[in-house]
Amino acid sequence: MSLATTTNYMVPTGREEPWRFTPLNRLAGLHETSVELHDRISLEPSDIPAGVVITVEDAEAFPPLSTTDDHIVRRVRDGVSKVLLVSIEKNAEIALPIFLIRTMVDMTPEISRVQVNAGINSHATIVIENIGEGVLAEEIEFNLAPGANLRFVTLQEWSARAVHVARHHAIIGKDATFTSYVVSIGGSVVRISPTVEYTGPGSSAELFGLYFATDGQHLEHRVHVEHGVPGARSRVNYKGALNGNSAHTVWIGDVFIKAAAQGTDTYELNRNLLLSHGARADSVPNLEIETGDIVGAGHASTTGRFDDEQLFYLMSRGIPSEQARRLVIRGFFSDIVSKLKIEAIEERIMNRIDSELSVVKI
Amino acid sequence: MSTLEIKGLHVSVITEEGAKEILRGVDLTINSGETHAIMGPNGSGKSTLAYSIAGHPKYTITSGSVTLDGVDVLEMTVDERAKAGLFLAMQYPVEVPGVSVSNFLRTAVTAIRGEAPKVRTWVGEVKEAMTALSMDPAFSERNVNEGFSGGEKKRHEILQMELLKPKIAILDETDSGLDVDALRIVSEGVNRVKENQDLGIMLITHYTRILRYIKPDFVHVFAGGRIVEEGGPELATKLEENGYAEYATA
Ligand SMILES: Nc1ncnc2c1ncn2[C@@H]1O[C@H](COP(=O)(O)OP(=O)(O)OP(=O)(O)O)[C@@H](O)[C@H]1O
Ligand SMILES: [Mg+2]
Repeated sequence: MSLATTTNYMVPTGREEPWRFTPLNRLAGLHETSVELHDRISLEPSDIPAGVVITVEDAEAFPPLSTTDDHIVRRVRDGVSKVLLVSIEKNAEIALPIFLIRTMVDMTPEISRVQVNAGINSHATIVIENIGEGVLAEEIEFNLAPGANLRFVTLQEWSARAVHVARHHAIIGKDATFTSYVVSIGGSVVRISPTVEYTGPGSSAELFGLYFATDGQHLEHRVHVEHGVPGARSRVNYKGALNGNSAHTVWIGDVFIKAAAQGTDTYELNRNLLLSHGARADSVPNLEIETGDIVGAGHASTTGRFDDEQLFYLMSRGIPSEQARRLVIRGFFSDIVSKLKIEAIEERIMNRIDSELSVVKI
Repeated sequence: MSTLEIKGLHVSVITEEGAKEILRGVDLTINSGETHAIMGPNGSGKSTLAYSIAGHPKYTITSGSVTLDGVDVLEMTVDERAKAGLFLAMQYPVEVPGVSVSNFLRTAVTAIRGEAPKVRTWVGEVKEAMTALSMDPAFSERNVNEGFSGGEKKRHEILQMELLKPKIAILDETDSGLDVDALRIVSEGVNRVKENQDLGIMLITHYTRILRYIKPDFVHVFAGGRIVEEGGPELATKLEENGYAEYATA
């Protein structure tokens, strides 16, 4: 364990646009240069399938592949001495998911950097599970070589006090496909920035998210898709439910189509379901287009209350109210969960949703 | 033998201007095996009656009683009413995104029967009921009522009735939106349940054509929130010819 050096970047005050929703006073100092961040690689791989190599490398040997102006991510970059490297061999067809599990046990602020390199025409799924109690700032970069197909699932199943700030950045090569599922249910403050850039035509990103905030939780997802090359595609679909006093979710959907990005095809969607009073869902889609020569670009954002008519319909068929509620909420999330195609995880997510609901007062 | 007894039922809805009375003293008794047609102008309160019996939270019962075999229905929760043997085929069935028909049917049947249906027989049972209603078995995998056409929704309501086997069914304009073939198919479905279960039926309709398939024992004219005339099947024919002008209420 080494001590991270302090940096001189502008410390956010909360007035800056990227930080205006985030409760900085609850970040356990992740953004404060006076607070020490501990460099530790706490991700544990379970069985590593053939075709995948996971190593710990010197950070200098594997510098970041992208730029960022995120203050906390910069602290991560400056602070880590090691980086966890996941290499997927070219042409590898890996059917079973690669599981990386992080169990945190105390509130000492930690930083972590991961780099995933998916080789040419490889197929793989990576699952990162975060559990326990901790304070974490992390950056994960995904580098997809041409033709690679990488699925990334991350589960934030933190216990109540956890603080988690992350950037998941994908660099998607020609004809490569990146699919991510960001599931955030636990934790006190979770702020994840799934960001995407493209390096060749025929590249595609599908970014899915599912979050469920209960009493006092702050769950923030800041999607940023940068279409800088022609002929790339993006789909964003984030769904959230909120229940309980001061449950707060934030979804930002920035999609930028640069002048060079002719033939871009993009659509982003955010839906929020308010299950109680006193909860707040902020949803800010933002599409900026610098070329008219595109296939399609659209966005939608809705925030609504639980539909009592659905509940009545199910109950009128004999289904008790608790079970009817669970069905409706599971139904709300089902289009995302059913795409995971990892049965054990699907079931776990649905069960977590059920348990978040057991405190619901509709 | 079951009896649904509605006595002096007064029902209000809350509006921005305060409570508005919709039902003004409904008296009606339906026994097993009987079919009661309810006909009346738009807005007269027919659906309000149906929803009030099913327990929709929007409606407030201000006085009167509803009992099933002597047991107070109004004290029951919505699901308890269904378990007691009441079924409402809705005028506007509700879409439930993300919940498959097969999951929905299995969950409902498990709740009503008190135990999960046997896996081996269940699939066949659903398939058979769907085939009888000329529904493509592919509907099982679709989400409840989502994207269903008007007529498909109505068939789906009757499918549920066949599987849930109620004692008393309220069919609220089940015939609206059905093409001629569908009308016959759905009517046959209703008659099957009627025969097998000795079902009592409250059939809300605007048209006599369904009454050619589902023969009513009684016809009630509904206007201004109550029943204003009762008779046999001949009353329906008279209504179709003359309309409701003579029942106009202030
Ligand atoms: N929230 C409300 N505010 C005001 N009026 C209401 C409200 N809800 C229902 N009503 C009125 O109650 C009356 C009865 O409605 P209901 O749906 O029971 O009629 P119906 O007899 O089923 O009509 P239809 O033949 O068109 O189906 C209507 O006039 C309707 O406008
Ligand atoms: Mg009606």
